[in-house]
Amino acid sequence: MELFTNQVLAGIATGAIYACMALAVVMIYQAIDHLNFAQGEMAMFSTFVSWQLLQWGLPYWAAFLLTLAFSFAGGIAIERILFKPLAKAPILTQVAGFIALFSIINSCAGLIWDFTIKQYPTPFGSAPFLGSQLISTHQAGMIGITVLLLIGLYVFFQYTRVGLAMRAAASVPESARLVGINTSWMIALGWGMAAAIGSIAGMLIAPVVFLEPNMMGGVLIYGFAAAVLGGLTSPFGAVVGGFLVGIFENLAGTYIPGVGNELKLPIALALIITVLVVKPAGLFGRHIVKRV
Amino acid sequence: MNLSPILRIAAFATAVIALTSGGALAQKKYDAGASDSEIKIGNIMPYSGAASAFGVIGKTEEAYFKKINAEGGINGRKISFISYDDAYSPPKAVEQIHKLVEDDEVLLVFNPLGTPSNSAIQKYLNAKEIPQLFVASGASKWNAPSSFPWTMGWQPSYQGEGRIYAKYLLKEKPDAKIGVLFQNDDFGKDYLKGLKDALGEKADAMIVAEESYETSEPSVDTHIVKLKASGADVFFSVTTPKFAAQAIKKLAEIDWHPMHLLVSISASVGSVIQPAGYENSQGILSAAYDKDAADPQWNNDPGMKKFTEFLQQYYPDGNKLDSSTIYGYGAAQTLVKVLQMCGDDLTRANVMKQAASLRDFQPDTLLPGIRINTTADDFAPIQQLRMMRFKGQNWELFGDIMSGEMER
Amino acid sequence: MSAVEELASQAPAVQAVPKRAMTLSSGTAFVVVLLLLIVPLFAKNFVIFQLTQLLYYGLAVLALNILTGGSGQFSLGQSAFYAIGAYTSAILMEQYDVNYALTLPIAGIICFAAGFLFGQPALRLSGVYLALATFALATAMPQLLKLGFFEKWTGGVQGQVVTKPDAPFGLPMSQDMWLYYFTLAVTIAIYIFSVNLLRSRSGRAFMAIRDNEIAASAMGINVSLYKTLAFGVSAGITGVAGGLGAIAVQFVAPDSFTITLAIQLFLGMVVGGVGWLPGSFIGAAFIIFVPNIAESISKGLSGAVFGVLLFLVIFLVPHGARQVAMVGQQLLERARKR
Repeated sequence: MELFTNQVLAGIATGAIYACMALAVVMIYQAIDHLNFAQGEMAMFSTFVSWQLLQWGLPYWAAFLLTLAFSFAGGIAIERILFKPLAKAPILTQVAGFIALFSIINSCAGLIWDFTIKQYPTPFGSAPFLGSQLISTHQAGMIGITVLLLIGLYVFFQYTRVGLAMRAAASVPESARLVGINTSWMIALGWGMAAAIGSIAGMLIAPVVFLEPNMMGGVLIYGFAAAVLGGLTSPFGAVVGGFLVGIFENLAGTYIPGVGNELKLPIALALIITVLVVKPAGLFGRHIVKRV
Repeated sequence: MNLSPILRIAAFATAVIALTSGGALAQKKYDAGASDSEIKIGNIMPYSGAASAFGVIGKTEEAYFKKINAEGGINGRKISFISYDDAYSPPKAVEQIHKLVEDDEVLLVFNPLGTPSNSAIQKYLNAKEIPQLFVASGASKWNAPSSFPWTMGWQPSYQGEGRIYAKYLLKEKPDAKIGVLFQNDDFGKDYLKGLKDALGEKADAMIVAEESYETSEPSVDTHIVKLKASGADVFFSVTTPKFAAQAIKKLAEIDWHPMHLLVSISASVGSVIQPAGYENSQGILSAAYDKDAADPQWNNDPGMKKFTEFLQQYYPDGNKLDSSTIYGYGAAQTLVKVLQMCGDDLTRANVMKQAASLRDFQPDTLLPGIRINTTADDFAPIQQLRMMRFKGQNWELFGDIMSGEMER
Repeated sequence: MSAVEELASQAPAVQAVPKRAMTLSSGTAFVVVLLLLIVPLFAKNFVIFQLTQLLYYGLAVLALNILTGGSGQFSLGQSAFYAIGAYTSAILMEQYDVNYALTLPIAGIICFAAGFLFGQPALRLSGVYLALATFALATAMPQLLKLGFFEKWTGGVQGQVVTKPDAPFGLPMSQDMWLYYFTLAVTIAIYIFSVNLLRSRSGRAFMAIRDNEIAASAMGINVSLYKTLAFGVSAGITGVAGGLGAIAVQFVAPDSFTITLAIQLFLGMVVGGVGWLPGSFIGAAFIIFVPNIAESISKGLSGAVFGVLLFLVIFLVPHGARQVAMVGQQLLERARKR
């Protein structure tokens, strides 16, 4: 039983990483109705920028806020320069654009900061949290920030004019334009916000996994899986999805005899697909009614 | 190949001169890729993709050959180093090796990186009788002169190093309960095999838990939690740098203090220990065959001084704390030694012959006392390692120089 | 909560391509085949190897094109089927001494079955969800191949070396050249099969589903059958491509079939033009040669250069090589009228 509790706790700790990333995934999905394959790399690049600021002697929270601003502006710039011209291109072409962006960011980060791992500080310390050695104060802090972000996003999308406009622009662009929403800028804004949330995820994940250009490769797969499991339209679902993936993956690795440990990722993904077959919009996603 | 007409004529002229002069001086012998003025060396490295951290090895080697050329080359011949990216993908490695051999016509292939890529090209190169020299991988299969006479490794084998740790444990802690964390690929499984082989029949009793991880996992934290729960009092970390650092940090966080054995691949102070925290790394055991540039005990070492000067002059972007620069320097120096020994007989057969007759050669970056020796039936250049313990901010070597090879 | 998606007003994910426009005219096809037959006789061995590569990667892209361009389903998991095909050929050749040519149909059939089965749960998924499911398959495959349970056959993490076949009947040509002509024959056969498939009743059903699934089912098309059938055919062709790849590369290992391969095949399809079969081979050329070009421009930044080149291509021709071909055809016709 102790092993079980331990594994659940350890799963929650890793799940916090996935939840953070999943939020960023949901954010971009809300804005552009797609998954952005370069999202992890954008987060990694932002994290490197904040690391550089810290190296130059800035205090943590100053670097944090500056990075947020940089990422927000960077996200908008990427959309305006690279993806706005592709707005009329087929969707699959845009996906190819994401892959190109992935390649460019990864390669540039490697050239600027090289591939050795970097230590990244945490503002929360890494002492055991509430006496449990399985969750450190950093991980608790990470969960806390994720929840705060979640509440912030919920309020933004449900109650603010911009948030509602953004949702309208993503799901029914034509009607949104008819009521006077500038859908083009809504998309850019979505990119900016997704980049900023991604950078928060990056800065929270880096102390656990260490900072290097390939740090988000694995995280992004889990982030996608978590977001899809929870429902791509629901920030709340994404966070729950993140924790579920973390816990489930861990339990599968511990309790499925023989292949459990080696195949924990495939088993977790298979479970998610099973869930999707039963609930195609994810656990908390909006059901889409098709009208011809 | 987009050679301009002028270049093409120049190349043709050189070839003609090489041919005629070759006839005049009978003792000069060349295979494709070598001439009076040039030695062409091929290489493949993962400059892109998930293993791109190792690309530094290729860049260091390129810089080292630049240095050799600036100093007059090898017996008057300039080295032309042609290095291609395989993105750590075996099919791409095969394509690049075809290009090196059939298009660039290199004399030999030097230090191609990665077990999968080298496995993919081994048969082809041996069929074509082209040296696959100083393979950058610690698999033990590169030392098989009877079946693959054109393939030779360089660094100590993973299995051999695994055996060294087993010997240490049998002597110092015969009742150890070992928990192993290993990367689920050839590298991890080779170490585990070496450990088990040398523990012999005690292996089943001593190894209480084996946990494998995939490189696609963001962190190995949960595996550490499981290993602690297994009751192990020895933690054997068969990990690549990022995961090694994660493990060191997690051990400290969950207040678990077993005897910690860390493989040499990840024993770099600059790229593992420092990011993981000196305070978390005290007492870790490992083994080494080359020096660590982050370690102050080598500050006045003449070999390391040469290495640092080289980096400053020829590869200023290179990070001396990255163990890949030290690796590339040592491997390139070994190749230069072999080519010097070849004299004017630059045939592929002679390259292999000279590579198999290295006697007590010591590159600048190897630990004192560790030497490179090869013979016609021993294609494993470096076989020795020394155990070390982390104390303060550097490694302290202890014990004798040990060989990981099986007693014959 | 529920929302209504305006299907009718939204452009479909995959643009409708009329079936005539999916292929080459017979004159062009004749010239291309003639070139493919003659060029190797005058080329370096390395060029022949690259052309072989172009053919089998082209087949794999073609298979994806049938799935996406034909039936409108999206897959990032093609590397998994490619791996199954490659391993099937490798294991049969090395451990059961089966002739290399015979291993290909077996690889095709096994992959067809695998694709057909995978198509069943995939039926209920579309868009990003299908992308994730296939993506999951691609990430799982290398780990499955490493499993100790299969190690007896797969060689585990070490992989398996494959012997390259000699030219038969004592033909005086190198192994690489023979393999090229063999691959060319297989490619042409599969290409003709694919063209006919898309022109057949099944092909028309695929395209009806692609353009409007609900309308297609209202017309009496068995949507689930044809969707899984498209998956099966696509996987089967990918499997044959994988088998050819294993023979040409002479080696299979889990690291050869990662998600990167699936992404490359996807890029090949986009660059070649979704739904235009001949474009598959242009796309394959892109994924083989452009990384080499990028590398020769800058080693340290090869990834960035590749990304920039890819952006250039999709900026200039968002519809891929198909767009170039169509513009070319229009110009030709205009010239003829004058």
